[in-house]
Amino acid sequence: MKRKKTVEYSKWGYIFILPFFVSFFIFSLIPLVDTIRYSFYEYYRSGLKQIGPNFVGMENYVSLLKSDMLKYAGNTMILWIIGFIPQIVIALLLASWFVDVRLRIRGQQFFKVVIYLPNLIMASAFAMLFFTLFSNNGPINSILMSIGLTKEPIDFMRTAFGTRSLVGVMNFLMWFGNSTIMLMAAIMGISPDIFEASEIDGCNSVQRFFLITLPMIRPILAYTLITAIIGGLQMFDVPQILTNGQGSPDRTSTTLIMFLNNHLKSKNYGMAGALSVYLFIVSGILCYIVYRITNDDDDDGSKAAARKQKKAERRRG
Amino acid sequence: MKKKVVSILLLTAMTASLLAGCGGKDSGTQTGNTTNAGGDSAGGDTAGGGTAAEEGQVINIYSFNDELKNRITAVYSEIESTSDDGTTSTLKDGRIIKWIINPNQDGVYQDKLDEALMAQMTAAADDKVDIFAAELDYIVKYTDADSDAAMTLESLGINPATDLADQYEFTKTVGSDQNGVQRGTTWQACPGVLVYRRDIAKEVFGTDDPVEIGKKTADWATMKATAEELKAKGYYAFSSYADTFRTYSNNMAQQWVTTENPNTVKVDQIVMDWVTDSKEWLDAGYFDPTVKGQWNSDWFTAMSSSSKVFAFLFPAWGIDTQMVPNWDGEAGAWAVTNAPLSFNWGGTFLCAATGTDNPQIVKDIILALTANKDNLTEITKKYSEFTNAQSVMSAAASDDTYASEFLGGQNPYGYFSDSLASIKMAPLSAYDQGCVELFQNSFSDYFQGQVDFDKAKSNFETAIMERYPEITTVEWP
Repeated sequence: MKRKKTVEYSKWGYIFILPFFVSFFIFSLIPLVDTIRYSFYEYYRSGLKQIGPNFVGMENYVSLLKSDMLKYAGNTMILWIIGFIPQIVIALLLASWFVDVRLRIRGQQFFKVVIYLPNLIMASAFAMLFFTLFSNNGPINSILMSIGLTKEPIDFMRTAFGTRSLVGVMNFLMWFGNSTIMLMAAIMGISPDIFEASEIDGCNSVQRFFLITLPMIRPILAYTLITAIIGGLQMFDVPQILTNGQGSPDRTSTTLIMFLNNHLKSKNYGMAGALSVYLFIVSGILCYIVYRITNDDDDDGSKAAARKQKKAERRRG
Repeated sequence: MKKKVVSILLLTAMTASLLAGCGGKDSGTQTGNTTNAGGDSAGGDTAGGGTAAEEGQVINIYSFNDELKNRITAVYSEIESTSDDGTTSTLKDGRIIKWIINPNQDGVYQDKLDEALMAQMTAAADDKVDIFAAELDYIVKYTDADSDAAMTLESLGINPATDLADQYEFTKTVGSDQNGVQRGTTWQACPGVLVYRRDIAKEVFGTDDPVEIGKKTADWATMKATAEELKAKGYYAFSSYADTFRTYSNNMAQQWVTTENPNTVKVDQIVMDWVTDSKEWLDAGYFDPTVKGQWNSDWFTAMSSSSKVFAFLFPAWGIDTQMVPNWDGEAGAWAVTNAPLSFNWGGTFLCAATGTDNPQIVKDIILALTANKDNLTEITKKYSEFTNAQSVMSAAASDDTYASEFLGGQNPYGYFSDSLASIKMAPLSAYDQGCVELFQNSFSDYFQGQVDFDKAKSNFETAIMERYPEITTVEWP
């Protein structure tokens, strides 16, 4: 006892993080394990009768592969990219403008609030709004017709291009504010000394952006990318409400989770579970890839340095 | 290396918790893995002899909108007051009716009801479902004799042959299970008519007389010629292909899914006729191309004065709940006449849930709403409904006090009765709702030229097998 000179505080740490782990265990881990377990069962409801659970091995996985699952994965990907590219570009641009000391943009707080506002609206309400705005007899068509841009109303949601664009625009509008705020925080974290030094060295603003800002905010950028990918994989409410759950036309805007939802209409836990497991694996892989890309040549030398060292050792040996 | 492992672990955990949202829906529902949702028939036996003294204090009524609540509170004399928020009503003897309303959209109502019925046997007496509403499209799911979710009317103490003698025969057939035992009953019958705009009729045909217009809408061939006339003047016959669907599907020769072939959806020839005709009509310009399907804002706009749509196909409830609120012109602009093909669209059925702890009061409510002539007359007067009482309706047809202001003083009940007389009610199956919905959706793409005919067929197959895992094949005519 005498030897112990420091006070042990770590147990408080454990106590404080305990609530998270308990709730994670009850509300996330157990359902997660259940999902995986039921994915090996035939388990659904026909009318009021429950079928199963009967163990069927990998049957659900095989029949999913035979279905149009990959097409829906493609849809999800396309819908996500349409929204994400403008989102990240605009967010980067706005973030660097807002933070730039020399631009001295007035009313920053006001703009920050305004660009964040769309995110506060529920996605389903937002989709409903767009559905009404862009419907055949909706206000957008009325405006277009009254300023003479078109004679007949444009049927936006008739074509795959139109529907996908609308979904993309909505996702962009909803999330670019969020990314902007996040990236602004990242840029503000860069020491002003570096910017000053670069200015003295005659760096122009484009160089400053690509050679200083971008590399310095990479961890946050990676975080944005990861959360956006996972959010994108789970894209559901916007296309669901916009197309009334049909993923029309010709199921070109059916996302993976909408596909999952179709199975849940008959409480088909087996099939839905198998699909969830596929999604889990895919998001795991995606996260790993992003993680690898963004960490490969870290300055602290975690990986690239280790590799170099290994190479050098091999050469020596 | 260790750092890498830890961070990958963290990432996995993060992904897991993020994705758990979709998996999480699985839990909760594993309780009671019995293959049977209702209970055994024992519940039914106690029901008949129950007296008020033994009964529970709370009556739970499940329904999908205010319709049922408004009708019951209007005619059930035992109700003393209804709370301001409309969630409970108090009876004269102090007992309480709880109105549990969940919307039909996206299957929410059925989800909630199914959960409640599954837990019916173990639920506390005051939480048990007592009465539930079911629409025609999915009533078969609940009247199924094997799952026994709805009590037979007989075990409740209602004799359909005598107590419900005044009801229309087809509503009794619809409310019966596969053995012909009646388990559900309704206060309404929903024969459809053609509702048309008087001003357009005058302009195009020179008259708005229902008899004259009726000749022009007598059958589909004549209707087509009429549509051509309308088109020449810049009008559309109907708003969309979805409007005409019920007239076809209600005349199907057999069910979508028959009991002999429980894993096969059999598409009837008459539904394929709808596809052929609709494509032809849409391409010919007889439908308003901007309206896609029903229950959306474009469809509602088509009922307003700015629209160029000549007619709608509706039963009585459609006129009252859809056309009246969406019409923005002066009253009296519409009139009804016979539809090209008789059809029945919808109908809310009442079922007594097996295991109810208030059988006596349930019986009273059901009888008050569906078998009491005075009450049904009141409902007809108050809500312009076509009620399920032959004597009341035949009297209404010749009684000028039933003339409708919205229809320009016309009494529509004669046309409703005529339509009802020639209804050939299509046999129902538990799959109707999904089939109707998914069939229309799949062929909608075909009508709009987004996919070819075969792709639309295969899209329907995919969708129906997704919705009902037990369906393995689709047979086309």
